Amino acid sequence: MAVEQTIPKYKVATRSSRRNSNKVLQNLDWVTILLYFTLVALGWMNIYAAVYSPDNVVNIFSFDINSGKQLVWISASVVLIIILLVVDYKVYEHLAYPIYGGVILLLLVTLVIAKPIAGSRSWLDLGGGIRLQPAELAKFATALAVSKFLSNVNLRQQNLKDQMVLAAITLLPPAIIILQNETGSALVFAAFVLAFFREGMSPLILIIGGTAAAIFILTLLVPKLYLIIAITALMGAAVWLDYRLMRRIKTMVALLLLVIAMIFSVDYFVNDILQPHQQNRIKALINPEADPLGFGWNVTQSKIAIGSGGLLGKGFLDGTQTKFDFVPEQSTDFIFCTIGEEHGWIGSTVLIALFMLLLIRIVSIAERQKSVFGRTYGYCVASIIFFHFLINVGMTIGLAPVVGIPLPFFSYGGSSLWSFTILLYILLAIDANRSLDLSR
Amino acid sequence: MNYLENRKYVIQAIFLVVGIVFACRLFYIQVIDSSYKQAAETNAIKTIIQYPFRGLIYDRNGKLLVQNTPVYDLMVVPKEARNIDTLKLCKLVGLPLEDVRERLKKARTYSYVKPSIFYQKLSTQEFAHIQDNLIDFPGFYINARTARGYPHQSLAHALGYIAEISPKQLEDSTYSGYRSGDYIGKSGIELEYEKYLMGKRGVKYKMVNVRGIEKGAFKEGAYDTLSVAGQNLVSTIDLDLQAYGEYLMNGAKGSVVAIEPETGEVLAYISSPFYDPNLFTGKEYGKNYMELLNEPNKTMFNRPIMASSNPPGSIFKLAQALIALQDGIITPNTGYPCNQSLIKCSHAHAAPTNLSIAIQTSCNPYFYQVFRAMLNRGKSKNTFKDTALGLTDWRDQVTSFGFGTKLGIDLPNEKQGIIASTAMYDRIYGPNRWKFSTIYSLSIGQGELGVTPLQMANFMATIANRGYYITPHIIRSIGEHGEPLPEYQERHYTTVASKHFEPVVDGMAAVVASGTGRNANLSKLGIEVCGKTGTAENPQGKDHAVFVAFAPKVNPKIAIAVYVENAGFGAQSAAPIAGLMIEKYLTDSVSRKPMEKWVLSREYLNID
Ligand SMILES: [Zn+2]
Repeated sequence: MAVEQTIPKYKVATRSSRRNSNKVLQNLDWVTILLYFTLVALGWMNIYAAVYSPDNVVNIFSFDINSGKQLVWISASVVLIIILLVVDYKVYEHLAYPIYGGVILLLLVTLVIAKPIAGSRSWLDLGGGIRLQPAELAKFATALAVSKFLSNVNLRQQNLKDQMVLAAITLLPPAIIILQNETGSALVFAAFVLAFFREGMSPLILIIGGTAAAIFILTLLVPKLYLIIAITALMGAAVWLDYRLMRRIKTMVALLLLVIAMIFSVDYFVNDILQPHQQNRIKALINPEADPLGFGWNVTQSKIAIGSGGLLGKGFLDGTQTKFDFVPEQSTDFIFCTIGEEHGWIGSTVLIALFMLLLIRIVSIAERQKSVFGRTYGYCVASIIFFHFLINVGMTIGLAPVVGIPLPFFSYGGSSLWSFTILLYILLAIDANRSLDLSR
Repeated sequence: MNYLENRKYVIQAIFLVVGIVFACRLFYIQVIDSSYKQAAETNAIKTIIQYPFRGLIYDRNGKLLVQNTPVYDLMVVPKEARNIDTLKLCKLVGLPLEDVRERLKKARTYSYVKPSIFYQKLSTQEFAHIQDNLIDFPGFYINARTARGYPHQSLAHALGYIAEISPKQLEDSTYSGYRSGDYIGKSGIELEYEKYLMGKRGVKYKMVNVRGIEKGAFKEGAYDTLSVAGQNLVSTIDLDLQAYGEYLMNGAKGSVVAIEPETGEVLAYISSPFYDPNLFTGKEYGKNYMELLNEPNKTMFNRPIMASSNPPGSIFKLAQALIALQDGIITPNTGYPCNQSLIKCSHAHAAPTNLSIAIQTSCNPYFYQVFRAMLNRGKSKNTFKDTALGLTDWRDQVTSFGFGTKLGIDLPNEKQGIIASTAMYDRIYGPNRWKFSTIYSLSIGQGELGVTPLQMANFMATIANRGYYITPHIIRSIGEHGEPLPEYQERHYTTVASKHFEPVVDGMAAVVASGTGRNANLSKLGIEVCGKTGTAENPQGKDHAVFVAFAPKVNPKIAIAVYVENAGFGAQSAAPIAGLMIEKYLTDSVSRKPMEKWVLSREYLNID
């Protein structure tokens, strides 16, 4: 990518740049935009279904209920989209670091001045009843900074200093967010690993990470002794099958010891390091039926709600489990239950398919970028959306721990909707100008 | 670079694997595993609404005016009532077949699975009979709730009534706490004090299985709320006086309002014809309401505060006298000739040589001359302008008595009445085109004047207090031992100084002692009543009779206004009613039985 020689000027599209803006419109990825609005509209209807009470019917547009408020957030998002597309796309790259720095500052300020809401110091009160969660902004800001950084270095070269800087950029926001007691939002930053992988990070990290997660969950599910025997047998079989591994027998033994140490440390980690509510989330994932009215409540009820939907669902607004507060956080984190119950397996699968289409589309957008910045940013967007999807849907069907993160574009809430809108439309803005980048 | 580009397939594969795993997992829990469906069925929640006990209303002596009586509704859940014997059901509830079919259809249209009212407000006998036979009718059950009951049948217009909240109200966010089927105050005290009376509904959530068998409280009752009973109200009404007044007014049309002058408390509030408030609590509520609404005597018309277009007649001369005294137009000793060439006098009498005699004789020419002097004070050389200036000043003083404004009683729909103004005459005649001779009938309380019976009673309370009134009100306190309501403590002073009231009061005493108000005379009981008769001209028919009074003269305890429609001169009908009610209130008995008999005979309606 060519480096700008002159001081860049950022300007809103004016008459002189009309030709460019026409081109921008032509080059906008309308498939993604269509998917976006489909998800937002379906989300809005399901938010209404989630708060709908047959005993007290309130209009879907009423500002007394979440669906009415969500419509305000959606309308504001449309304004936001127009601004994001009109602003000179080069801003995002050139101002990546200042934006990142500003958000870090905002996170720190929030940590200091925020009043705790439900134990979390992550909300910034803007007055007039408007609250902002800077942790949501940290996602796109970090994505910009990471992309900017990677556009100048090559991850394949084993430059330790660069790797440390990249790790610092990625880990600083979640570190502050954990201090704000928003562990769920902090976990999202793990998603960047996928983008790093695409840019040349060793696949070993991905494999080790995946294996560690698998061992962690298996430890909780299977008795330790069986697990150790099984892993030892597996490794033994591997060595027996491939004699070349004999030459690395020391490494293999060390690996086995490491795994065994990890198995034993899981107990310690769960029981002594995690806070009680975090322990409960882990335990609920493993065996929700152990205490169905206690910590397993959310998982049990959300599975009952989804499970009772059957193949075709009970019909729009006809759900019984997602009403009456059986499932908590119905319109936010557990919005997927409403779809599962009212629209059945067909509806759930359609939604999953929509997310798959969106993710694959974003990957293909990322791949067609001429700049490393654009491509990396595209992968960051896909990774973040994917991670949210993975954890959010996973927890409602008992495949992931209960971590309070929203379903992108779908869950109720202005901060979440706006942050995903910004995230996605910066990519679309960059993408729409990719031909200009080329002609420059 | 190529091998890194291939990593996009790895990433897309990760996405797709997760999507497929999720879809498979969903297929398992939604389609294959039926245990979740069973769990959902046992998860059904029954919402049991606990209706709050609506606040009671007591009279000033602790007698119950409004209570709650239990009523029973026959409910039906159409889904469960599929295989019932319709003919047997007809026999049980005593309804024709088409009616039963219609009701079942209506219930099904509302909801197939949710209960709806099949038959409202069963009588006690019906309840016992139906309850015993319900076993044969699955899907039917009896729901108990409470309705309003009125043990004394009195005070219907002031109490108002409650009814199901209307669909229009439900859409209004003011009523966000209400739900369809809730009862709400629709008029009177029930409407005005709704927020105190309504209380707070409670909700209980019970987990039930498919068969409706309760499996215990949902989440150990964490979401349950207790109902909170509404607050009781203590009225200012004296039930004995109220009932006696209704007894006297029964068969006549008109109003009686009695006020305790010192406190502004309304002792009696009668709008006649009246009705039994219990008519609005039964099954026939809608029918009864429409019948009363369309009835020619306008029973539903709340006369004491809504009959605002009738002129006050001669009682207005008291206000004229007070204002003239305050402005120094006359002194208590001013005399005017009974000059019949100016305006006709009601009857022949000697020239009134002072104000008290003028009041006693209700001399029209006297007040004509007083009013002329008040309006034309020579502030402008132009007669028209002079009259306009005079009228503006006069009107300010008249309204200080509460005329032409809403007094602010704690009942809905109070009307303000009419007091002539320069703007009004400018509109009628054009500016500078009217003068005293155009509007002189105001001097004797006729013309562009309209006062409500409540304003008349308040006027009496003002004179009884010698210059101020306290906003009349019908509720004394919230709660049986509550403090008097603070909004009804303030004294509203008139523009007339206290000292000017005495000569007027003397005239009123003379009216009752030896003038037109003799029928209200209680001197034999040692009670000095001060009053004034009046006749309100009625272009549609026979004139309306008016009598206003307060008693005793010193330290008054009751002020009263009696307004009888089409009863002619106030002396024959209104004065006796007022006298009887004053006696009833002050002595708790009635000694003048012949007078009572005369009133009840209604013969005054036939006198011309
Ligand atoms: Zn005369």
